[in-house]
Amino acid sequence: MLGQIGRDKGQGTRDKEHSAIGPVAALLLACAFFASQSDRFLTGQNFSLILQQVVVIGVIAIGQTLVVLTAGIDLSCGMVMALGSIVMSKAAVDLGVSSAAAIVCGVMTTVAFGLVNGALVTLIRLPSFIVTLGTLNIAFAITQIYSESQTVSGLPDGMLVLGDTFRAGDAAVTYGTVLMLTLYVLVWLALRETAVGRHVYAVGNNAEAARLMGIPTTRLILGVYTFAGLMYGIAALLAVARTGVGDPQAGQTDNLDSITAVVLGGTSLFGGRGVILGTLVGALIVGVFRNGLTLMGVASVYQILITGILVILAVATDQLSRRRSA
Amino acid sequence: MTPANQSAPVLQARGLVKRYGHVTALAGVDLDLLPGEILAVIGDNGAGKSTLVKALSGALVPDGGEIRLDGRVVKFRGPGDARREGIETVYQDLAVAPAMTVAENLFLGREIRKAGLLGSVFRLLDKKRMLADAAAHMESLQIGIASMRQPVESLSGGQRQAVAVARSAFARHVVIMDEPTAALGVKESRMVLDLIRRVRDKGLPVIFISHNMPHVFDVADRIHIARLGKRVAVVSPGEISMAEAVAIMTGAI
Repeated sequence: MLGQIGRDKGQGTRDKEHSAIGPVAALLLACAFFASQSDRFLTGQNFSLILQQVVVIGVIAIGQTLVVLTAGIDLSCGMVMALGSIVMSKAAVDLGVSSAAAIVCGVMTTVAFGLVNGALVTLIRLPSFIVTLGTLNIAFAITQIYSESQTVSGLPDGMLVLGDTFRAGDAAVTYGTVLMLTLYVLVWLALRETAVGRHVYAVGNNAEAARLMGIPTTRLILGVYTFAGLMYGIAALLAVARTGVGDPQAGQTDNLDSITAVVLGGTSLFGGRGVILGTLVGALIVGVFRNGLTLMGVASVYQILITGILVILAVATDQLSRRRSA
Repeated sequence: MTPANQSAPVLQARGLVKRYGHVTALAGVDLDLLPGEILAVIGDNGAGKSTLVKALSGALVPDGGEIRLDGRVVKFRGPGDARREGIETVYQDLAVAPAMTVAENLFLGREIRKAGLLGSVFRLLDKKRMLADAAAHMESLQIGIASMRQPVESLSGGQRQAVAVARSAFARHVVIMDEPTAALGVKESRMVLDLIRRVRDKGLPVIFISHNMPHVFDVADRIHIARLGKRVAVVSPGEISMAEAVAIMTGAI
């Protein structure tokens, strides 16, 4: 009798393909469009430039993806990253500590912000949207006060190593790019192949069910926000290494860009569904758009306008397709 | 084994008390679950059924009284504690992770890691083994779900509840089912009731909470009747009618 109810076969595979092929197709379409608009787009040199521009947002988006998978959102990521880069720059230049110690100071700052975000979300049960909107402003204000809105220059070479390049064919690849790709692969493996990774999905799927199954949900979510903070710290180091300065105005478009990357990559804003490698593709789409529009001579405010429209389109498409298949 | 051992309760509650402000949900309730039986717990709304279940499954901590498992006093500070003691609970509202696969849901919170360094140092999951074990487990309960790799959201309501019940059948000691048929249609309820019998026939005692008298009289070996936060009677479905059970439940007798 029970056997008769065992119908619907293989629906799951369709869902997985849907989330993997969409973003790649969108990336190829965007590349094709910009290639038709500018001769300079399809060059190895330009692609290595896109990759260099993508590393910061790409690493921030790793943290953002994990937070979104738990059905939260982190609006503070860009500003926390900027604060981290100011802290590490000031530590090196003003306090004169070693590069390694300066980097540790910056990363500890962003980790602390992640921990505070996570603690407010889990222990006091505030919505992540409001918590991170608050810490966004706090991090922004501290960044401006501490730096007096001045760019910090004269950084020691030790902090800029990730911006150095090596040659791969006719393209110059930065060590930062390699670090970003390594992080993506590691987090991808952890999400797929470990119990903690599966629990991240379970919490985003049905937090109460996960708790009743004995998963320590509070500790898990706290860990996810803290890990996201670590990613923002690494992104801060990458930003400093790329530009060679600590820039208090950095990260202002990164909140929206990271959420756009996550959503374009096929991760559901309602949590529990998505693949981290999709986010990498999403970040590349964002990078290709910014780069392509710049090559076409579109002013940066219009780029922000287009990114805003892009994120709404992506969420709407995702929602509509889910509603139809449900 | 002596007859006394055979009838010694697996799970016992003595004088459990739980208050919410001025409301007393449990007023010193006792419960005895014997080996290999389905014990139904019935009671009107507010009789303290779900509070009792939550205390036994670790979802809440009672203010007083004690819980004994195989005669040993146990204290649960969370659902994880009860689970570690071998008590599994099925909830009425289909507590599954919908986007995750059948196998993942079955092993949620008790994942199997690979042997050797890959498992102990790198914490990698043994997905192959979990898929195979899941298929064998479902087979042993005669649950016909085609693939262990399909997401639970692609299943019908009855199949989802079958997954939840199958997960609970991994229990070492006791299975608690809180209104497992409440959200299901007639045919699907029948399927889940059959499944509950199979879980018992595997040797696991089951506590079955339900509002539905026909379901209770269909599967229960004994019926625990709760009223006003206490146990007022334990009856066997053969020696009492549904009308009489309802009368005891509502205080008419």
